Amino acid sequence: MINPTLSRRRLLAAGGAVVVGFAMPALTGRGGEAAAAPGTGMPAPDALDSWLAIGPDGRVTVFTDKVDLGMGVSTAFAQIAADELDVPVQSVSIVMGDTARTPDQGGVGGSTSIAVGAVPVRQAAAEARRVLVGLAADRLGVAADTLAVRDGVVYAPDDPTKSASYGDLIGGRRFNIAVTGSAPVKAPDQYKIVGTSVPRIDIPAKAAGAFTYIVDVRVPGMLHGRVIRPPVPGARLVSAGSAEGLPGVHRIVAKGNFVGVVADTEWHAVQAARNLKVTWSAPRVPWPAMADLYTAMWSMTPTTRRVMAQAGDVDGAMRGAARTIEARYAWPFQSHAMMGPSCAIADVSDRGATIWSSTQHPHQLQHGIADLLGLAPGAVHVIWVEGSGSYGRAGMDDAAGDAAILSQAVGRPVRVQWMRADETGWDPKGPPVVVSVRAGVDAQGNVLAWDYVARGFSGSGIPAAATTGGNMLAGQLVGLEARGFDVPTVVQENYAFPAKRKTGEIVPWPQDGSPLRTANLRAPSQPATTFGGESFVDEMAAALRIDPVDFRLRYLRNPRDAAVVRAAAQHAGWAPRPSPRPDISRLGVTTGRGFAYAPRGNTLIATIAEVEVNQATGQVHVTRLVLAHDCGLIINPDGLRGTIEANLIQSTSRALKEEVRFGPSGVASVDWATYPILRAPEAPDRIEVVLVNRPDLPPYGAGEPATVATAPAIANAIFDATGARLRTVPFTPERVKAALADRTWPAA
Amino acid sequence: MSSPAGASPAAAHPAAAAAAPSPAATIRLTVNGVVHTVQAAPGTPLLYVLRDDLALRGPRFGCGLGQCGACTVHLDGAAVRSCTIPVAAAAGRRITTLEGLGPAGRLHPVQQAFVDEQAMQCGYCVNGWIMTAAALLARTPNPSDAEVRSALAGLICRCGAHMRMLRAVRRAAQSRG
Ligand code: FES
Ligand code: FES
Repeated sequence: MINPTLSRRRLLAAGGAVVVGFAMPALTGRGGEAAAAPGTGMPAPDALDSWLAIGPDGRVTVFTDKVDLGMGVSTAFAQIAADELDVPVQSVSIVMGDTARTPDQGGVGGSTSIAVGAVPVRQAAAEARRVLVGLAADRLGVAADTLAVRDGVVYAPDDPTKSASYGDLIGGRRFNIAVTGSAPVKAPDQYKIVGTSVPRIDIPAKAAGAFTYIVDVRVPGMLHGRVIRPPVPGARLVSAGSAEGLPGVHRIVAKGNFVGVVADTEWHAVQAARNLKVTWSAPRVPWPAMADLYTAMWSMTPTTRRVMAQAGDVDGAMRGAARTIEARYAWPFQSHAMMGPSCAIADVSDRGATIWSSTQHPHQLQHGIADLLGLAPGAVHVIWVEGSGSYGRAGMDDAAGDAAILSQAVGRPVRVQWMRADETGWDPKGPPVVVSVRAGVDAQGNVLAWDYVARGFSGSGIPAAATTGGNMLAGQLVGLEARGFDVPTVVQENYAFPAKRKTGEIVPWPQDGSPLRTANLRAPSQPATTFGGESFVDEMAAALRIDPVDFRLRYLRNPRDAAVVRAAAQHAGWAPRPSPRPDISRLGVTTGRGFAYAPRGNTLIATIAEVEVNQATGQVHVTRLVLAHDCGLIINPDGLRGTIEANLIQSTSRALKEEVRFGPSGVASVDWATYPILRAPEAPDRIEVVLVNRPDLPPYGAGEPATVATAPAIANAIFDATGARLRTVPFTPERVKAALADRTWPAA
Repeated sequence: MSSPAGASPAAAHPAAAAAAPSPAATIRLTVNGVVHTVQAAPGTPLLYVLRDDLALRGPRFGCGLGQCGACTVHLDGAAVRSCTIPVAAAAGRRITTLEGLGPAGRLHPVQQAFVDEQAMQCGYCVNGWIMTAAALLARTPNPSDAEVRSALAGLICRCGAHMRMLRAVRRAAQSRG
């Protein structure tokens, strides 16, 4: 057992922060504290001390705004800093996402933590190494360029008496210099730690039950809050009831249409929220019937229509085509459905506000909370603490807003943890997307033109970062205006079709105060756009009777694209032939294989799914997934594999099972029974990951890309197995049976 | 329109039946070999007492509905969901949490296997997987892959770390051999 008495009752004092390290160092006695930028309380990004500190014992602390969402980013940062400094990776600790101690790097999103976020850390570490070697040269009386560094000790290779450790040289003191970017960083062939499978920093404590998650944070004098949401969007609060008969209740807080309870214990808060008699007005829901959603989306007039990419004369080529092929695809509302419902602790007083949150955007949330509470941003201190895995703009920032309002109302620290129905029912949703694709081909079966349209809702209703009060649900419910943003979505692919057009369209959707407001969910909208694109490519290949891999390779001219496609096909033992398989039986259990490829930014993936389809029940079981992955330089191969495997499971779940249900009385998907996701018996029998390492390239993102091509690979495999084409996600048994009934293959 | 609890209808909560206010009682609990005395209404779900009164971190709130397993503890060696068990029903029984699963100062073989296989993403769910797997292996030391999968079917892992967690359970079974 792991020291139960010490780990218990360990209170996080107000203003404290969580340090993640291979060994937990004491917070005191550490090297120079980050340098504050004037006026904001935020460390200045150009100061070396903002990024890195070295203690008297030689331990290194790295400061970054990039936070760990459960994918091992803290370990990767430790590897990068350790390699650049020539210290053991175990001597590095990471402080993440504290507005008073870490520079603003824009928060986490778009798989950029390593690709972009680690760049200044690497630079600062290189700069620090140069300074330290210079200090050692002075002390030892030798030229700096004759010195070497090993395990945090600078030494003269030809004179073993001459050495000085980092701890001796700077320990506990500040560097007091700017990072100029002029210190050379190591070339990839000099890396000793980057590129190796260093075990994750956080896992031992997590396996032992000793890790501090946001839900474990306790502050002195803390009360417990819970929220009560309107039954449907637009419902107005008529009466918030009274605390009478509700044990332990400190206050019922009603503000606009925001209702919350604050109680002395968590269980009292839960019961009070459940039993409080709240009366709401009963407006009609502002959305169509669920069954009509996609028809409604196609019938709306777009508010924005943007041609995102264009090559050649698409309309002319279509007119000259021997044949055109056309299809439409649809992707549903999906929930982030975080494992642990959103949680935050707020301590709001006359002196300002301290917020503990698992937000992906600490510095942006600082501004949002300030706006929500009417405080100056400098009076708000946001401290990130790791939460349940998050995959975009889920409820974390909303819970912070809830806690802030409740704490401000009662003048004491308040901890809010959402109930399951608050999380699944009220998180900002991944938006539905409909896709229409048309292609023109000539008499020889060459693609002449491709015309791709993706249509989505009001861009995203809820921006990735909660920079204003109105971008939190509580803010919307108290009447602050949401500031949405309209970015049309578009497919990412690199096919060299002679004429090509990609269009993104936006149709209106009511967002404010709605459980169907939309926001980024892992690889925002790309699973949907790639589902349309890669299903359609498969449909073209099938119509032309060409092997799906060969077909793609004909049009992929970039060698990295072709290499990742070949790597997956080769590993899977892909035998070229057209889909569907030649010997389809219309009865019983049948098997098939499907291919899909996609870039996401500079990362490239190719996914192969093998499925078993029970044609009597419509059940689809994924027996094997093979994924080839090229994200440039690999920092930690085992960590990367873990993240890719998890992406594949989550995206299989999204493809086979996930759809938020809604109707006239609100959102009906509120828990794991009404929003089922993949469980152990349904997980694929095998997942095989092929890593394509590119030490000559920078590290690109890996948090999301492996998610984007699973649904089309599975749909293409179902087609291969049965001749039935699934054009709407998820591939539930009912949908599969309907597609089987509609199929034209094999010719009857 | 009147809704007592917004989007969380009381009927959906198994513990709601016990939610009627009841006065706090003194309850003795044996957790990880240590006897504790707590003041709690007898109907309070065990989870809240473990986390809020005894400051344990292994069992976590995931759904409060018995659907996900994040709150799993062992009660006299059997894996149960502490979010749906009233604290009074655990009095006088042997409660083990993730913190107390291994022998003093050491990890249980299942915990060690999860470390060795790096078998998690965020790890929020991992309490349920480790506690359920440990109970399974105590009963069935050498389960087949299908037995492992079906024994773990009641658990959620939103991040999707299933493949590694299944490997870790196999590794633990082999290490106990
Ligand atoms: S929290 Fe107990 S089963 Fe989900
Ligand atoms: S590892 Fe995040 S929920 Fe399982």
